[in-house]
Amino acid sequence: MSATANTANSAIRVPGDHRTGRTRRWRSAGLGVAAWLAGLLFFLPIAWMALTSFHSEADAATNPPSFTAALTLDGYREFFGVGGGASPWPALINSTVASLASTLLVLVLALPAAYALSIRPVRKWTDVLFFFLSTKMLPVVAGLLPIYLFAKNTDLLDNIWLLVVLYTSMNLPIAVWMMHSFLAEVPVAVIEAAQLDGARLPTVLARVVAPIAAPGIAATALICFIFSWNELLFARVLTGVVAETAPVFLTGFITSQGLFLAKVCAASLVISLPVLAAGFAAQDKLVQGLSLGAVK
Amino acid sequence: MTAITTPPAAAAPPAPAAGRPPSTRLRAWATRAPLLPALIFMIVVTQLPFVATLVISFLDWNSLYPDARRFAGFSNYGEVLTDPDLRRSVWTTIVLTVTVVLVSLVLGLLLALLLDRRFRGRGVVRTLLIAPFLVVPVAAALLWKHVLFNPEYGLFNGLLHYVGGPQPDWLSEMPLLAVEASLIWQWTPFMMLILLAGLQSRDHQQIEAARVDGASDWQIFRHLTLPHLRRYLELGALLGSIYIVQNFDAVFTLTSGGLGTANLPYTVYQTFYQAHENGLASAAGVLVVIGSIIIATFALRVVSSLFREEVSR
Repeated sequence: MSATANTANSAIRVPGDHRTGRTRRWRSAGLGVAAWLAGLLFFLPIAWMALTSFHSEADAATNPPSFTAALTLDGYREFFGVGGGASPWPALINSTVASLASTLLVLVLALPAAYALSIRPVRKWTDVLFFFLSTKMLPVVAGLLPIYLFAKNTDLLDNIWLLVVLYTSMNLPIAVWMMHSFLAEVPVAVIEAAQLDGARLPTVLARVVAPIAAPGIAATALICFIFSWNELLFARVLTGVVAETAPVFLTGFITSQGLFLAKVCAASLVISLPVLAAGFAAQDKLVQGLSLGAVK
Repeated sequence: MTAITTPPAAAAPPAPAAGRPPSTRLRAWATRAPLLPALIFMIVVTQLPFVATLVISFLDWNSLYPDARRFAGFSNYGEVLTDPDLRRSVWTTIVLTVTVVLVSLVLGLLLALLLDRRFRGRGVVRTLLIAPFLVVPVAAALLWKHVLFNPEYGLFNGLLHYVGGPQPDWLSEMPLLAVEASLIWQWTPFMMLILLAGLQSRDHQQIEAARVDGASDWQIFRHLTLPHLRRYLELGALLGSIYIVQNFDAVFTLTSGGLGTANLPYTVYQTFYQAHENGLASAAGVLVVIGSIIIATFALRVVSSLFREEVSR
């Protein structure tokens, strides 16, 4: 599949270059400028957030905005609780544990499943794939109350491992779909040739399948990490003090607390940083993951 | 839930393993084994709670009065459907979802068309455009609430100040519009990515041929590009709907469901988390699911048509 995408990509470049003539070139330049303006406009709120996070609280809360005010790290110091106040570290650590552990669990469950759906498919494998997809369309709120009652009765409220299980169920369909499409790219002929040469299953998996599917698996992991890191509703309902995650920590900023803009910006930026990094790293496969593998 | 778990059976091409003789049952189980952990996990974690919700929805059950729990038939559903607050939240959910999906689809299409051309710094612009989607949703909502919308020192009013414009209190004067704006900002990149993938899968020889035959850009867009993009537009709309119908973060953060912005997920959350009405919350939850089934049926059909094309390719 990636091969077809690549040829399409390079084919795009041909038509624009053919055309000559002043108006065409001007129009082309104009559209390029328009694309740049649109990109900058969409990025403006983030840029402004970043700039504000480095301003002092007094400079952050001015009208008209002060673009050239002196830069300071006070917002970040405040956020990390240097001057007293709640430290974000427990929440950041909780989020890291929940996201990494659930991503790992997703991979452990999804890899064999994807294998059984692509390389050595079970009967009616498309039905199974669509079952996984359909669970993704069940609204979270529909199962929230029983899960809450279950957690309350089994003393699992405010326990990070409950979130790990729930985040795994949230991401497993995405992972199965993505990895199914990545493993389907491994040519059957290559696997059969390796088996004819006497290679056993573990060797085939390690030497033939893994190298081809590795980039896809990495992208899948990054996307699962993003969704777990972002999740609010489960975390908000099921955690309190001990297992609070980073998004729940952020909800502490919902009501205004005097001059705190720089601190909010610093907090939002720090907590979004892992997602921004993971997202940019997985950029090429992002579409495939978000569309559950339907678009390549 | 069981209704949406029925996959479009027509999508299933003959399974490659179908020709196996029945005597090798053990091998069939060996083939199935790697699939079972994931399958069982999903059934237990996602299907069982929903069955429980269905059961609770027929109970009159306030968790503050646990002893008064009793079977209530369809009275919770009756109450949900006649409660003006809940009815308003159904309407809010529809307006919010339709507005956000449509506007971000149109903006996403325009951006995808701009990015489907070669120009200097295309990669950078693409990265800039994806960024809003990669801000943690709560953080994005906080950014809009405090940094952009704040009536006294927010960026919007700051910029309006330069041109001598009015200084509106965005969140209290146009609460739903404000929530929609922040969601459109986050979801336009998503639509753009899907539509860009669609644009790049076009048949470029066909387009070149049309151009040689004298077709104008508009004609090419109207008669070649748009029909090709139809399924990608549908997919974007449906996936967007599935995610935005469920939106909780933006409503919770920006307005806390006040000023007529409470959508169904927020109302369900409030009904059991603050009002402790378990039966009512479950009935509302079941209604959300019924709504989702309607969207999901279409969504699954679109995905399976794209999927079939991939498989047969």
